[in-house]
This record gives sequence, structure tokens and C-alpha cells, in this order.
Amino acid sequence: MTYFPEEVLEHVFDFLSSHRDRNAVSQVCKSWFRVERWSRHRVFIGNCYAISPERVIARFPRVRALTLKGKPHFADFSLVPHDWGGFVYPWIVAMAKSYPDLEELRLKRMVVSDESLELLSRSFPNFQSLVLVSCEGFSTDGLASIAANCRVLRELDLQENEVEDRRGHWLGCFPDSCTSLVSLNFACLKGEVNLGALERLVARCPNLRSLRLNRAVPLEALHKILTRAPQLVDIGIGSYVHESNSEAYVKLCNAVLNCKSVQSLSGFLEVAPCCLPAFYPICLNLTSLNLSYAPGIQGNELINLIRHCRKLQRLWILDYIGDKGLEVVASTCKELQELRVFPYDPYGGGNATVTEEGLVAISMGCPKLHSLLYFCRQMTNAALINVAKNCPNFTRFRLCILDPTKPDHVTLQPLDEGFGAIVQSCKGLRRLSLSGLLTDQVFLYIGMYAERLEMLSIAFAGESDKGMLYVLNGCKNLRKLEIRDSPFGDIALLTNVGKYETMRSLWMSSCDVTLGGCKALAKKMPRLNVEIINEKDQMMENSHDDGEKVEKMFVYRTLCGPRRDAPDFVWTL
Amino acid sequence: MEGCTRNGMVCPKLLDLIPNEGEWVVRRDEGSIGVSEDKKLELRLGPPGEDWFIKGSSKNNGNDNDTSLLSLGCFPSSMINSNNSSNSSNNNNNNASHGSKRGFLDTVEANAEEAWVLNNGNPLSSSEKSTGTLFSSPWSSNSSPCLSPKAFQMKTQQQQHQSRPSFLQLSSIPQSMPAMPKESSQTCSTKVELQNSEQKACSPASANTAVPNSSQKRTAPAPVVGWPPIRSFRKNLASSSSSKPAPESYKVGADEVTPGKPEDCRKNLFVKINMDGVPIGRKVDLKSYGCYEKLSSAVDELFRGLLAAQRDCSASGNHNKTEEVKAITGLLDGSGEYTLVYEDNEGDRMLVGDVPWHMFVSTVKRLRVLKSSELPALHIGSTKQEKTPLDSGVR
Repeated sequence: MTYFPEEVLEHVFDFLSSHRDRNAVSQVCKSWFRVERWSRHRVFIGNCYAISPERVIARFPRVRALTLKGKPHFADFSLVPHDWGGFVYPWIVAMAKSYPDLEELRLKRMVVSDESLELLSRSFPNFQSLVLVSCEGFSTDGLASIAANCRVLRELDLQENEVEDRRGHWLGCFPDSCTSLVSLNFACLKGEVNLGALERLVARCPNLRSLRLNRAVPLEALHKILTRAPQLVDIGIGSYVHESNSEAYVKLCNAVLNCKSVQSLSGFLEVAPCCLPAFYPICLNLTSLNLSYAPGIQGNELINLIRHCRKLQRLWILDYIGDKGLEVVASTCKELQELRVFPYDPYGGGNATVTEEGLVAISMGCPKLHSLLYFCRQMTNAALINVAKNCPNFTRFRLCILDPTKPDHVTLQPLDEGFGAIVQSCKGLRRLSLSGLLTDQVFLYIGMYAERLEMLSIAFAGESDKGMLYVLNGCKNLRKLEIRDSPFGDIALLTNVGKYETMRSLWMSSCDVTLGGCKALAKKMPRLNVEIINEKDQMMENSHDDGEKVEKMFVYRTLCGPRRDAPDFVWTL
Repeated sequence: MEGCTRNGMVCPKLLDLIPNEGEWVVRRDEGSIGVSEDKKLELRLGPPGEDWFIKGSSKNNGNDNDTSLLSLGCFPSSMINSNNSSNSSNNNNNNASHGSKRGFLDTVEANAEEAWVLNNGNPLSSSEKSTGTLFSSPWSSNSSPCLSPKAFQMKTQQQQHQSRPSFLQLSSIPQSMPAMPKESSQTCSTKVELQNSEQKACSPASANTAVPNSSQKRTAPAPVVGWPPIRSFRKNLASSSSSKPAPESYKVGADEVTPGKPEDCRKNLFVKINMDGVPIGRKVDLKSYGCYEKLSSAVDELFRGLLAAQRDCSASGNHNKTEEVKAITGLLDGSGEYTLVYEDNEGDRMLVGDVPWHMFVSTVKRLRVLKSSELPALHIGSTKQEKTPLDSGVR
């Protein structure tokens, strides 16, 4: 065999950025395996309990960037008890010893303590980027240690975390020598920040591109910040309340005019809408607009703002925009790729919201749309079929009808046909969330057509075990399946057990799966962790009734066996 | 393609959308549905009442032979597939692949047929017979594992003559409905119900735990845990913001939209207020004032009488109320006898009036009315330099 220098291989592998490509390449032969593992700098671990930090380190000795995900997705909706797990500390301890060159850490749904952040800040001299999404367990003290000790920090991005706000003045902990910040997002913090320190920080970081403020930063401070950082590309407004002809507002308008590079706008955590016109000048270049936290904007103001945004690619809004508003979006935002419409008043009577008509209008006007999250109160099969025809490019389609089992409101049929059309038409669909009245038929369609489907979320749907089996037997690329309140039982669970080793995880809560079924699964598949979460009765081991239904079950493949940090209410079978 | 002719009308439109045979075979290869022919036959011949069959699907309580047979047809490989690959290893490739293909497709067939036939407008009874026939042919002949795939090809061909699947054909849905009541003999047939929600009412379906399972009932949006699937800080946007966002910030601040505890969205914000020299404190609802002036006058009202009474008691010990009850003024500008301060969420004592009202409301935890003469002696703000009220103010 011709000699092919490993250095060349390594150079070639450098061009491989996708994890899947790298995984594939590493399986070709031993030599490729070796070269690949030494050259892999970025590792993605979708389930932190699937593998131990030691094994990751053993396999990939030179990692510089790590992504870790912890809790199951339904934890976002309070379905996973608070102390379930997902602690990052052991990972940081292990990496502190073995990855001196660590530069980036990205965590999602993990528990991050202040100790972890402190250790992180001290262990990696070249640490540059910390992204925490939906995490919890830390306070502003932890942020202070990051600010103080990470000398070359470029990115501190806190998205939707639960952060305890203490007396810390973490913003002031950035040393004067810190000039490397490129991205700073603290929109999710609840408490006050030191405005002076913020201004000074912004002033000395010339590379700052993305700045997302929290609600404690008032509009009066905003214009100062914008003046100092006219190069910003992504702005998250904090508080936007004042009188429209005040001096601060005028100054703000001028500052905004200067920000010619802004492409992304978000925040408006508090807003006085008559002041929105200040942003009209930058709307022309906006590609991303997130107004989903801004309840105070009136529909008309919102629509007027959107009329200026012809280049919009991503739009997150609240449903009070109404169908009329969506029609404006459809006629204005021809480049739209991602749309999320959140419910403004989910528990209320349903005042002005969006319906299937708005969705159809969007699908007709925005052919590039591929990612959708849509909360509404009613839907029809006809509309979904229409949408499927107009937009065959969906990769993510998540529809949530607020009434969980509502049928097509015109024909009173289940929405099987509508969703069936979606999966049949959108061949690239990777993520799907269902809602409304659904029978086993929809799962039949999904199993048949959704070949690329990787994640499926099911709630209050289906009629029998067949539904779940259609999906397990049919969707060959399925990685995550999460089900709640659906009549799937042990038969569905146990018929295709091999499937679970090809998936990252399975979540079933309030279904018909029994303890006996779970035990059988655990017994058959030793490389799965079958976790029973039973908050009501923590002594579940003593209850021998195998016929008892399991409240919550989380099954995931793992190379590490049962985890040792499981709390009392989690029982790994 | 002979098999299909036996079965003139049953050619589910769905099937012309099924990817070609080869693809299906490939898909099933690694699959979990590798089941031997024999086992399938075993299943089929089993009595319609076996545990593994009944469990979890109360609809299939052995209604009639046709139903159970068809239902059996749905489950073949799935039901006995406990040791997936080990079973298929017993078979030759052909068998396994065809078997596996059949496993899934049979499921498809059994359900899709009924469903799709309905869309054709064909009466159910005739379709059933033919379906029965269709099923019996591959099942009964041990030697023709290939029949199933061929059957689908046949159907595919026939398919093409027929109209497109129902979800591309809206009118077919209502058409199927009138056909349903005629088929009362199949009241609880699973397949029937799949297509017709009205029948669902009669199905002894294993109900969703949270929702009474009937399509005809509109379930009221009861508070279900974790529903709708939005994060906690999105839940209270409406209740915590006023409908008119006035610039003067009647919209009270930070209760909204933060990753919240439920109490953040309450309509009142009661904080304690104590006054120097008055042993009993009061509570005020900050949300009922829109600005500092109103708060100041409220403080005056609350404490004027108490203060006077206090003085009287301490001075003379009797209850003579004097006529001159002094108003409490100058709380905000330092000009009066008393000054208003507050304790914020970080535990610091701050002078009231520096920050915009809405911001004040969002950070205040308690109020205090101090004697102005004592102010210079007090530490106002924390000891750290950065956090003085003037710095954090928004001048």
C-alpha cells in the first residue's frame, strides 16, 4: 500500500467540520482513526451521561472546544424535576487536568455551579468562549470569576438561563486590560448592572459585535453605549421606556443612525412603542428580529416596524401580530427562513391571536421558509396541506395548538392528514412537533415519509401502541423521541428495543408504560439507562407492583452504565 | 401481478407514494424487523386473545375474526421482535429482507387500506373482504415470501390509475364519513377509526391520561403541567404588562418576562414601610402609585396620624390629640424632617428618587422613612465604590 503521510491526512481532516463526517472518517481504518482522534479539536456530546469525561479525554486528547447537553428537552417545560442532574462540574475537573488548551465551552440544559465557573476561569489560560443556554445553578458571582480571570475572553453568551442575582458587580470585574470581547449577552439577568462599568467595557472593546442587554439597562444608557460601539452587528435592547420626545430619545435616534452594521435586533424587554421609529433606519439591513419578549408593543407598531424589514431572515414575535400582521410579513419579508410565533396570553381567553390563515399566508409569501414554531388556537388539515405544498423545504416544523387535542376546526377531523402532507412533502424534515387531535394514522405517515426525521415531539396524540411502533419502525434517522400523555404502553416500548441504541434518547411521561415494561427493557438492553423518575414516591424500589404505570421515563444509550449522581427520585433500572 | 386482480378495488392510493421496493428492503435490512416466516405464521394462527396482543390496545378485543386477523397482520414482526437481529440471522437474506419489509408494510397495509379505501368512497364491507383475501394469500402460502412486495407493486400499478392520496384530495375526507355509519358491524375496528373521528367516540380507546378522549368533546384548556410547551418566562407576559404602555412607566418593571417564579407576575407589589419613631410598620402597594409624588403623599397619609399619636403618647402619656398634626413633607428632596429611603434587591439602602419609577419598583424590597438629621451618619449604598446611588442612577 502506498505510503500516505499522516500529516497530509491530518491536513485533509482539518477541512472536515461536521461531526458526522469526522465520525465516519475515524471508522475507515486504524491509521485514520488515530489521525482523526489526534486532530479532533471540537467535540459534541449530545447527552452528557452517554459517556464519561475520562473516556472522551482518552479518545480525543487535543480538544479545544466542547459542547455538552444535559437535561432532556422537556425540562424546558417543567417536566423534569429540578435536581435531576446534568452537572458540568465533573467535566470541568477532568478537563482542567487534561485539556490545557480548552478555548470554548458550550452547555445546554446543564447545572453549572459557581464553583464550576470559578474552576473554569482558572484552569484554561486560553479560554475564549462560554455559551450557556437554558442552564441554571450559578449566580453573578460565577460570572464575576469568569470576567476577572479569563484574560482573552471573547464571548460570554447567556441565553435564557436561571441566574441568581447577588450583590456581585460582575461587569466591573472585567479588568481594564480586557479588550477582547466580541460577544456579550446578559439579557437573561434579572438584576441591576453597573452602567458605568458597562459603558467603559464597551468603549474599550473595539471588536465587540454582539451586545445583548438586560432589562436593567435603561434607554438613557443605551444611546451612550451605541455611541461607543457603532460597529455592533447584533443589539439586544434592554429597557426601552421613556417619553418619545425626550432628550434621551433624540440622542438615541442619532446613535442608531450611526450603527450602520446592525443586522440583528432583539430584547425590548420593556417597551414604549411610540419610540420604535427610532429603529426604522436600521430595519433595512436587519436579518434577524426578535420581539418575542416585548409584550408592550401594539400590533400596529409592530407591523409598521416590520414593513421596513425587507431583508429579514429570522423573525420571532408574539401572536398578537395576528393574521393580518402575518400577511404583512408574508408580503414584506421574502427572504424569511425562520419564523417563531409565541403565545402572548397562553392561558387567557384567546383575544387576538394567529390562526391557520396566517400560516398559509406566510407559506405563500415566504418560499424560503424552512424553520417554523407556531403557536395558535386552531388549525385545519386544508391549511396544513396548503402549507406543505407551498413550502417543501421545511427542516423544522413545530406546531402547537394551545388546546392539546383540538381537531380541525372546520371538519372536526383529526389533523392526521395535514401533518401527513407535511412529512410527505418536506423530504428534508429533521424536526417535528405535533399537536391537535391525532390518531395513529399520523404516525403511520411519519413512519412512512419522514426519512430524515431526527427529533419528534408528541403530546396527547395517538390511540394505540401502533402509533409509536410506526415511528420506531419507520424513521431510520430518529435520534430523539419525546412523548407525553399518549396511550403508548409496554408493547410499543418493547417491540423494537434495538432501535433505542440507534437513538440518543427516549422520553415518555404520563403514558401507559408500566414498571414491568421498563424493567424488561432494562434487562434486555444493558447498554441503555432506563431511568424512572417518580417524584411522588421516592421509595419506588419497594413498590413491587410491576403493573403500575410509570410517571416519567427517560431512556438513553450510554457507555457508562447507570450514573452515580442520580438523585433519590430517579431510579435507574 | 396477478394477486392484485383478485382484489379489484383495494389499492390504497397511499402506496404509490411508497418509495420503490429496493429502498424499502435496504431500509429494513439493519432493522429491527427481522422475523422469520414461521414465526409470522405462528402469530397469525394464534388465538385472538393473547396477552401480548391485547395489552395496551383495548380496541382489539377480539371482535371478530376478520378484525383480529387483520390486526394480527399489523403486528407480526413487531410483536415477536424481542430479539431482533438474532431472529433474522436464522433466515436467508431474502427472507429476512422481505420479511422485514413485510413487517412494516403490513402494518401500513392493514391500516392504510381501510383508511384509503374509505377515501375512495368504497363501502367498507367489500374492502374488507378483499383485504382479507389479500392478507390470506401471503400468509397462507409458506412458500411465497415474495408475494408481499409484489403485491405492493401490483397495488402501486393500480394506484396510478386512482386518485391521489387523501391528503391531497380534500373532498374525499367528508365523503368517507357517510360511509362509516353503514359499517356498524365493525364498530370498534381500529382501521375504521383511524380515518373517522366520529367513530372514535365509541372506541374504548386507552385514553390520554390528561384529556378525556373524544374528538367530539372540546376539552377546555385545563391547566396541564408543562402545557403549552413554552418556557416559564414566557408564561406571564400578558398578565404582567399593562395594555397601554405609557411612557411614564405605569408598566411595572422586572416582574415580567424573567425566568420567573409565579409570584413575580402578581398584580400587587406590597412592600413594608417603617418609619423612625413608629414601632408599627405599614405595607404599601407600589403598583397603585405611578410616580414618586404619589408614593410620598401616601406615606404622609399613612404615618401622619401614627406619628402624631406616637409623639403624644411618649410626650404626655395621655390620649389628647392635638389639632396640629403636621404633614410629612419633603420626603424626596431632603428638605423635610424625614427622608424616604429603600432597600433594594441587593440589600443596599438607597435614596428614593434617583432612578425611573419603573426601575425603582422593580428593585425595591422595603421602604423606610428616616429622620433627615440622621442621614449623613448612615451608609447609603454599599461600601464598594462602584455601587453608589449616583453612579447607578441614570442621570
